[in-house]
Amino acid sequence: MDRVKIISENCKGCGYCVVVCPKKVLEIGEAANKMGYRYAVAARPEECIACKLCALMCPDSAIEIFK
Amino acid sequence: MKKHFMKGCEAIAEAALRAGCTFFAGYPITPQNEIPEYMSKKMPEYGGVFVQGESEVASVNMVFGAAAAGARAMTSSSGPGISLKSEGISYIAGSKLPAVIVSVMRGGPGLGSIMPAQQDYLQATKASGHGGFRMIVFAPSTIQEAVDYTQKAFDYADRDRNPVMILVDGCLGAMMEPVILPEYHDNCNKKEDWVLDGCLGREPRTVLSVSLTGEPQEQFNIEMAKLYESWAEKDTEVEFYEMDDAEIVLAAYGTSARIAKTAIDMLREEGIKAGLVRPITLYPFPLNAFENLDYKRVRHVLDVEMSIPAQMVDDVRLGVLGRAQVSTFGRSGGVIIGVEEIVLEVRKIAEGGGFQ
Amino acid sequence: MNKIYGRPESIRNRVSTYCPGCLHGVANKIVAEVLDELELREKTICVLPVGCGTLGLFYWNVDMISSAHGRAPAVATGIKRCVPDKFVFCYQGDGDLAAIGLSEIMHAANRGENISIIFVNNSIYGMTGGQMAPTTLEDQYSTTSQKGRNPITEGYPMKMCEIISGLEAPRYVARFSMDSPKNIIKAKAGIKKAFELQIEKKGFSFVELMSNCPTNWGLTPIESLEWMRENTLKVFPLGVYKEVE
Repeated sequence: MDRVKIISENCKGCGYCVVVCPKKVLEIGEAANKMGYRYAVAARPEECIACKLCALMCPDSAIEIFK
Repeated sequence: MKKHFMKGCEAIAEAALRAGCTFFAGYPITPQNEIPEYMSKKMPEYGGVFVQGESEVASVNMVFGAAAAGARAMTSSSGPGISLKSEGISYIAGSKLPAVIVSVMRGGPGLGSIMPAQQDYLQATKASGHGGFRMIVFAPSTIQEAVDYTQKAFDYADRDRNPVMILVDGCLGAMMEPVILPEYHDNCNKKEDWVLDGCLGREPRTVLSVSLTGEPQEQFNIEMAKLYESWAEKDTEVEFYEMDDAEIVLAAYGTSARIAKTAIDMLREEGIKAGLVRPITLYPFPLNAFENLDYKRVRHVLDVEMSIPAQMVDDVRLGVLGRAQVSTFGRSGGVIIGVEEIVLEVRKIAEGGGFQ
Repeated sequence: MNKIYGRPESIRNRVSTYCPGCLHGVANKIVAEVLDELELREKTICVLPVGCGTLGLFYWNVDMISSAHGRAPAVATGIKRCVPDKFVFCYQGDGDLAAIGLSEIMHAANRGENISIIFVNNSIYGMTGGQMAPTTLEDQYSTTSQKGRNPITEGYPMKMCEIISGLEAPRYVARFSMDSPKNIIKAKAGIKKAFELQIEKKGFSFVELMSNCPTNWGLTPIESLEWMRENTLKVFPLGVYKEVE
C-alpha cells in the first residue's frame, strides 16, 4: 500500500502538494475528475516518506497519509 | 388581583420577563429607553441576559443569535432604530427564528421628533425589512393590553418561528396605568429540533436564510406565504366601540383610538351616531371588520391617526372598497390629537361637508 | 499501515465549493483539526459570515448559523451569552470583519466576549468579484481601485491585529499565514491556543490568517502563494500581538 493517497474526486488540481513535496512524489496527472479538474497523482509513490507536508498544504483535505 | 401602577415601557419589559424572555439586547433611543433600562436591572434578577448593544444593528443580531440558541429573545427601539434593524429582522424571518420586536413610535422621518406619533405604521406592517416577509403586528391601546399582547407576542413568535412586533407610541410608553401582571413563566428556553446547541448525538443543524439556487428559495417563500395567509383567519383582532348603529365610523389604533373613544362619547351626547373600529392586529389587518359594515347605514369612515400623511387609511380603503366616503384626520410630529379636534371633524362630516 | 493524516471529522466528506487553491480550504481544515483534537465538535456553534466563508455552510460538520454581513460577533455574543457552555467561534473575511462589521468586532472584543474569532484576510472581496477591501494593499489593483489603491482617497490597509490588541479585554491576538506548511502548522497552534482560552473561560481571542484569492488576484494558485510572500506578508507582520496568561 502507498503511503500517500490522493482522493482524486475531491482534488481541484491546485498544484500545492506538487510544489511542497520534498521528494517530488506528486504530479498533476493527465486525467480529469468529474468536476473537470486534472487531479494530482502519486507519480513516484515509493519515494514518499510520509512527511505529510502535501496533506497539510491541501486546501481540499484530499490527501491521506499512511505509515 | 394585585394591580401595579406602571409606566408603559416598563410594563412591556416586565411582561416580557414574566413571559420567559431570557435575552434582551437594545440600544438607547427616545422614547423607549425605559425598556433597556428596566431590563438591565431586572433581567439579571430573573436569571437572563441583558446586553446594551453598541447599536440597534448589533442588538437585533444578538437577538438573532440568542433566538437560534433557543432563548425567548427581544429587542426594542423607535423608528430610526427599527430602520437599522430592518436587515436583522429580515434575517430572523428568513431563518425561521422566533423573536419579539417592540417599536415605540416617535415623529419622523429622519431624526424626526422624540415625542409620540404613529408615523411608522407602514414600516411595521408593510416593509419592516427586505424580502417580502410579514410579521404579526400588535397595536395595544392601553398598558394592560401592552402587557397582555407582549405575552401573546412570544407565544405567537414561537408558534410560527417568526418575528412578532408590538407597536406602541411614545404616549403609551411614557404614561402610567394600573395593570395586572401575568404569572411568571418558567423555563421557556427551547429544545426544538432546530435549536443550535451543539451536535452531540445528532446530525449538525444549520440556521440559514440563504439559498444557492432559485427553487429552494421559492419553496421557502411559498411556505411562508401559506403561514401568513393562515393568520388572517385565526389571529386577526379588532375592537368595535359603539358600532351597533353607527353612521360615521372612526378607524383608529393605539393612543388615537382612546382619544377617538372619548370623542365618540361626546358626539353621541350631541346625537351624532359615531362609532369606532379599532384594529388590534395591524397585521393581519381586520379587513373583514370594514368589509362587513352595513353600508346602508354607514356613510363615512374617518381614519384618525397621529400620522401625516395617514398610513393605515390605505388598508381601511381596501376594506371599505368605495362603499362609503373615506377621509383622514391626524396630527403628527409629536403633536397629540385633541379630543375637540376629532369632535369638530366628525361634526363637519355629520353636517355634510369638510373633510381632508 | 495506519492512517496518520486525513480529513478531520469537523469537515464533511465532500468537495468544498471554494476555488482551486483557495486557502479558505486550509483555514477550514486546521480549525476543524483543532475542534477534533479538543473534542469540541459536538458542542460547537460556528457563526458564518457573508462572503466566500458562507460556502462553509456546505462544508463544516458542526452546528452553524449564517449571519448577516459583518454581524457575526454580535450573533456570537447572543449565542454564547445564552449557552455559555457551548463553544462558539466566528469565521469571517476581511470585508465582513473590517469593513461593514468593524463596529461589531470592536465591541465584542471590547466587551471581552468569551468567543474566538477566525479572521481570514486575503486583501480583496472574493465572493462579489474582486472589489477593494479595507485590507487591500497600497497600489493593489481591485475592481473598485482600478488604478491601484490610492491612500489619499482610499486610506491605508487596515491592520486588525494591531487595532484589536490595543483594547483592554482581548486575551490572545495573533496573525499567522497559510502560505506554507510551516506557517500552517504555526497557525494551527495559534488557533489551538485561542480555542483553549475559550474553553478555560478566559475571554476573547482573535486569530488572523493571511490568505489568498487566486481568482480575483488573477493568478494561478501557486503564483498566489508567491504573491503573498512578496506583498501581503511584507505589509502584515506575522506574530502574536497580545497574549495574556
